Amino acid sequence: MKTIINQSKLSDLVNKLANQLNEAHPSFNEVVFLGIQQGGVILANDIIASLKKIRNTDKINYGQLDITFYRDDIRKEILAPDTMNIPFDIENKQVILIDDVLFTGRTIKAALDALLDYGRPAKVELCVLIDRKEHRQFPIQADYIGEIVQTNKSDKVKLINGEVVLVTA
Amino acid sequence: MQLSTRHLLGIKNLTKEDISLILSTAEQFKEVLQRPVKKVPSLRDVTIVNLFYENSTRTKFSFELAEKRLSADTINFAATGSSAAKGETLLDTVNNILSMKVDMVVMRHSASGAPHFLAQHIPAAIINAGDGINEHPTQGLLDAFSIKEKTGTLEGRKVAIIGDIMHSRVAQSNIYLLKKMGAEVTVCGPPTLIPKYIAEALGVNVSYNLKEALEWCDVANVLRIQLERQNQVLFSSLREYSLAFGINRKLLDNLNKEIVIMHPGPINRGVELDSDVADSKQSIILQQVENGVAVRMAVLYLLSGRNAS
Repeated sequence: MKTIINQSKLSDLVNKLANQLNEAHPSFNEVVFLGIQQGGVILANDIIASLKKIRNTDKINYGQLDITFYRDDIRKEILAPDTMNIPFDIENKQVILIDDVLFTGRTIKAALDALLDYGRPAKVELCVLIDRKEHRQFPIQADYIGEIVQTNKSDKVKLINGEVVLVTA
Repeated sequence: MQLSTRHLLGIKNLTKEDISLILSTAEQFKEVLQRPVKKVPSLRDVTIVNLFYENSTRTKFSFELAEKRLSADTINFAATGSSAAKGETLLDTVNNILSMKVDMVVMRHSASGAPHFLAQHIPAAIINAGDGINEHPTQGLLDAFSIKEKTGTLEGRKVAIIGDIMHSRVAQSNIYLLKKMGAEVTVCGPPTLIPKYIAEALGVNVSYNLKEALEWCDVANVLRIQLERQNQVLFSSLREYSLAFGINRKLLDNLNKEIVIMHPGPINRGVELDSDVADSKQSIILQQVENGVAVRMAVLYLLSGRNAS
């Protein structure tokens, strides 16, 4: 297990992403943020905290999305679901999905499927901390990227305890 | 985390962890049922047969709805008007259905142990929807879910189960489940409807006095007097039963606390429950029905993994 992004670097990347989101969206009135369980929620908590400071407001629509029931490999292993919490309407809103690591793209595909069961957003954007670009299996790209990281396909990259670690198989 | 079993035959075979997993998963399915699209694609590739050898309205609808909300394909079998009426054995019927690529079996049967027998002979996952006077595990689970939702916890809760304990699979599943989760249970009814050694066998308190049981409990789960099983003359008349064990407004108003009233349905109004109790705000009878769908979705979902190879 190797740390590829330490705590201080992580905090820089979180601020960078928050600043990008801040510049891209002059108003958050029609914007909702959704962290994808579980790593994405940890990241999203930090990004939302940073955005609240930048904007000096508490009024940001923020929820958590769980993709357990939408996984395309569901029959391989039945997993216990995490909490789904979308306490606002997403109809015609700009939805910003936040995840820790973008890898094959399958999680985001599942997240889009889940999202559309709540309504029809005007636009969906994707914000990720780590992009493992060369391993994509679906035509999905992020709009906001913390850092692109070179990895082997069998590696695992995770956000835990305030650091990003790489586990080699 | 996974269930320790590949079938749901009864609460008796479940661990405390299994029960907790089913209840927490059901909470998430309850959220699914509040959405604009009340459906998830989780069981898109799964086919389920509902085999009902005994009458059922609520349970059958509840399972069917749970299956549809999970995107499973379903077929329904009712014993009347089927090959079972022509004398086909249970095993033959099920094997014929399974040969049409069915993955899971939900079964209600009047013979206690019928799903246990099936589980030994067929590869599909089996969910017991009520077998004779043995168990009705999904009812036990949805009752527990409803108690937890209403009162916050099962641990230490005092639950009185009132009525025909002798013939009730609902009572048996409730007792197993509540005891495993740390609740206290008192069964209450006429001596002829309470098994003689139940206190020793299942670790419950026994009371033959309704007022005493109601004063003790936080939750009263009132069972249906099973009119179809009353050919044995276990009490003299419905009116007499109602006078001694029927719950009415006056009884509840004289308690020094507000207890929760439950009933698995169908209610015999004016026999075990008066209307002004069944329809009051103390009653969570309709919430039980609503929660039934979420709980059955959780069971179907958690058992759907193992045999689809």
